[in-house]
Parts: sequence; C-alpha cells; structure tokens
Amino acid sequence: MTGYLVRRLLATIPVLGLVAVFVFLLLQMTPGDPAVVIAGDYATTQQVEAIRQQLGLDRPMLEQLMAWLGRLAQGDLGVSIFSRLPVTNLIAQRIEPTLVLTLFTVVLSIAFALPLGVLAAYRAGSWVDRAVMGFAVLGFSTPVFVVGFLLVYVFALGLEWFPTQGYVPLAEGLFGSLRSLTLPAITLALLYAALLARVTRASMLEVLAEDYVRTAHAKGLAPQPVLVGHALKNAAVPIVTVVGVGIAALLGGVVVTETVFNIPGLGRLTADAIMRRDYPVVQGLILLFAGVYVVINLLVDLSYMLFDPRIRL
Amino acid sequence: MAMMDHSAVAMPPSPALSRMIAGLRFLRRHPVILFGLVVLLASIVVALAAPYLLPDPKAINPIYRLRPPGEAFWFGTDHLGRSILSRSLHGTRISLAVGIMVAVAVTLAGVTVGLLSGFLRRFDSLMMRVMDGIMAIPGVLLAIALMSLFGSSLQNVVIAISIPEIPRMARLVRSAVLSIREQPYIDAAITNGTRLPRLLFRHVLPNTMAPVLVQATYVFASAMILEAVLSFLGAGTPPEVASWGNMMAEGRQYLQRAPWMAAFPGVMLAFLVLTVNVVGDAMRDVLDPRLAGKLK
Repeated sequence: MTGYLVRRLLATIPVLGLVAVFVFLLLQMTPGDPAVVIAGDYATTQQVEAIRQQLGLDRPMLEQLMAWLGRLAQGDLGVSIFSRLPVTNLIAQRIEPTLVLTLFTVVLSIAFALPLGVLAAYRAGSWVDRAVMGFAVLGFSTPVFVVGFLLVYVFALGLEWFPTQGYVPLAEGLFGSLRSLTLPAITLALLYAALLARVTRASMLEVLAEDYVRTAHAKGLAPQPVLVGHALKNAAVPIVTVVGVGIAALLGGVVVTETVFNIPGLGRLTADAIMRRDYPVVQGLILLFAGVYVVINLLVDLSYMLFDPRIRL
Repeated sequence: MAMMDHSAVAMPPSPALSRMIAGLRFLRRHPVILFGLVVLLASIVVALAAPYLLPDPKAINPIYRLRPPGEAFWFGTDHLGRSILSRSLHGTRISLAVGIMVAVAVTLAGVTVGLLSGFLRRFDSLMMRVMDGIMAIPGVLLAIALMSLFGSSLQNVVIAISIPEIPRMARLVRSAVLSIREQPYIDAAITNGTRLPRLLFRHVLPNTMAPVLVQATYVFASAMILEAVLSFLGAGTPPEVASWGNMMAEGRQYLQRAPWMAAFPGVMLAFLVLTVNVVGDAMRDVLDPRLAGKLK
C-alpha cells in the first residue's frame, strides 16, 4: 500500500512536469516579444528592456526553463502582470467560491444521479429507464450557458427565488452562500449528473445479472437492501472512476458558469487572466487545475480498495 | 457509413446498387439514425443556402432594434436591429463547419498516433505520457489558452478545440490496436511478409473503424459546444461573425428585455448537438453493444 502510494506519487511527476513545460512554452510561443506584450502599448524601450531582464527573457531558453521549474518547486508561481500581486495570493483570494460551488455541485449531482441510475437499471427498459437515459443525453447536449440562461430567466428574473448573479461569502452565513450558488450549481450539475446517471445504470445492469443478486432476491430480501447493499457496492468502482474523471469536465464548466453568474472564483480569474494576457496567472491556474486533476485520480484509485477488497494496491 | 459494407447482400447485381439497398434497409430498421441524418442534412442545406435566402446577418437597422419575434422578424431583432433569424441560420454554418473540421482533424491525428503507439513500443511510451499531460488540463481551459496565443479566427478555433480532443481518440485507437495485434490474422499477415504500412492500413485500421466512427460523432458534438463556449467567453470566432456563441454573449446583456436574442441560438445549438449525440448513441448500439460502457 505505502509502496504503491509512493510509486503513484512518483508517476505523477512526469505528467505534472510535462504540463509545467507546456505551460512554460505557452509564454514562449506568444506571438511577438513577451516583454513587449507585458509592458503594454505605451512602454518605452527602456521599460521593455527592464522587464526582459527582470523576467530573465534575455537568457537562453533552457536556463529560463530550469529557473522557472526551480521557482515552481518552491511554490512560487510568479507575479501577476496586471495586478502586480503574487499569483499564489490571487488564487488564495478566489478559491473559496469555486471550492464551495464545486462541492455543492458534486453533492447535488450524486444525490440526484445515483438513485436515478440505480432505478433505471432496476427497471431496465421501462419508461423510467427511458426517461433517465433521455435526461442523460439531454444533459450531455445542452451547453452550460444555455442551461444557465434558462435558469436565470425562469428562477431569478421570473420567479425571483434566487439572485441573478454574484456570490455571498461563507462568512456571511452558509444559507445565503448556498442560495447564491444554487442556480450555478444546478447549471454545472446537469452535465455531471448525466455522466453519473449513465455510468451508474450501465454498471448496475452488469451487477444485477450476477448470481449473488439472484440469490439475495431468492432468499427473500427486500429489493432495497439488495440494490444498495449487494448491487450498488459492487457496481461502485466504475462509478467512482467517473466521479473523478468528471471533475475535469467540471473544472472546465466552472470557467463558463462563473462567467455567466458573475462569481468571483478561480474560473472568472482564469477567463479574465486569459483576456488580459496575464500569462503568469494563466500558467499558475492551469498548473493548479492539472494538479487537482492528478490528485483526484489518485484518490479515486485508492478508493477502489474501499469498495472492492479484492483490489490490493 | 462503413457498416453498410459489411451488411451488403451476398450475390449483388451491381455493388453500388446493392450497397444502396442495404443502406436504405439499414436506415428503415433504425429510425433514430434516419431521423438524425435527416436533421443533419437539413441543417447542412440551411447552412449552404442561408446566404442566398436571407438578408445580410450583419445589416444594422437601428429603427428596428430589440423587436420581439413577430410577422416582420420571425425570430425578432437584436440590439443593433439585426435579424435574429438570419443570424441564427448563418450561425449554423459556423457550428457545422467547426464540428466537421474538428471531427476530421481529431480522427486523423488520433488514428495516426493510436496506430503507431499500438505497434511501436518506444513511440508508445513517449506519446502516452504526452497524451496524459494534455488530458490533465481541462479541455475548455486548454482551448482558451491556445486561443489567447493564436488570436481569434475560425481556423485557430478549429486547432484550439482539436488539440484537447486528440488524446481520447488516440487512446481509443491504441486500445483497439493492442487487442487486434494479438489476433491470428495479424500473425498470418506478418508471416506472409506484409510490410508495416500495408499491415497497418489494410489489416489493422479497418478493424478499429467502428469505435472511431462513434467517437468521431461525439467529438463533432462536443466541438460545436466548445466553439460556442469559446465565442461566448470572447475567445472564439471574431466578434463580428454571427456565431451562436457570439450571439449568446450579446444576448446575455439583454436577457431581461430581449430574451429571444439568446434563446434562438441557444435552442438551435442544443438541438443540433442533441441530434448528433443521439445518432452517435444509436450507431454505437448498432455497431457494437459492448461499447456502451466504454465510450463517452
């Protein structure tokens, strides 16, 4: 187990290293001179030269890459061109809304999709099954901002149950915070729940055909304990995998959702940074998202042992 | 439609005719695919005909600004008095063009990488690490970052959307190739002295086509969404182009006063993507029911 953990952690290094190199090249590939871009339209030659020296852009590329990786290893993501603040500070300021939104979305999706997927598999071929699968295709196909607009139009502008945009910090009360994030979370959850419902159904269908499920039914157990205790637990591995993989899709959706609902989180920070060509911030955020993705996948792999004791890592 | 070839009748009068008959029979047995193809064909016709049938989507007409849908303007007008009907149908052109170009580009790149990875060990270990790296970055983010480098144009949108989609296709082809490689007919071909290019294109490639075709439809669908997302965020097609994403970004400012501005492009996009996804699902079920859990 410890050996496995160490090996897995070591295996993430090349992946993250590749992402880091790619992110580094991002700045190098900028059309024209990055120093000119950073200095802005009204900079003098001296200012451009100063920036070039400050960023080390006058040194050989390999040397620059090494220096950059060295700073990364110390947790230094550089300084924002736009606000002159350290990127780590910017991320720390904006992380709360995104964290709350993502957790809210994951909880909402699981609470909604898991029962639906189980029910669809249990009543395979029935109208319930077809409705759930129809919902899943619809979830895949509706772009995040279309759902967002629809919800804002009906529940915020029409019924006025929820605010149209903005975020109430946790410090001002959990209820208000969750209320401000309800529509964004539903918007994000649709795609994620569709993914989950579909894989839950597929995985449950396989397990429900097993002998031990028939035995459990035959010995007179009620359907509920059979479905949850016997079947769902054994169907969990693919489901948990998709919970993890789906987080990547979710992080992409966060960028759009936070823009639609004007939430000052990491997604908005990303969109704004890209628009302002604030490359250090873009680099830091992409690295952060990639890191989160890698860690979540590791956690998913570890959780397999929980659901299937036969899996020894 | 590769699957028609396999279901062709045993003793054909002429190959072309028998293929057509088999194809029609196939469509009659699978109404969902038929329906999807009809919708797709109709949108392609609309996309091609739009410039001839409709007024200029860029024609500004301030007197008629923010008109609700009615007799003069079926879909209403936007904040500059431009016809939403004309703009929405012109938007079909952008979405379809991006969807088709991305699907083709991703298929070509993914099949190439996947085929070579399945046969060349060295190439495989390097390429799969690169694919892992790309997959670790959320697709939308990678596409926006690439757009900020390239600058906004239709061609760059296609490139920026294609790159994050390639790894999944490459992995899919690779896994198919790895199982095909173990088949006796590959050994037989190698024993016969078949060279690598012919082996790949004649013996391996055709057998990977079923999952590739299905995955390509999913790529087609998600490319249309991603294009709209990029344009919506201001990182896609240039703002003067009537793409659905641009229209929705403009509609966002007028959601309360003129909901039709965002509604028509939004509904059309969702409907087209839904159609493509449904066709993809139906094709997957027909081609190989075992794929159900593995794709998407």
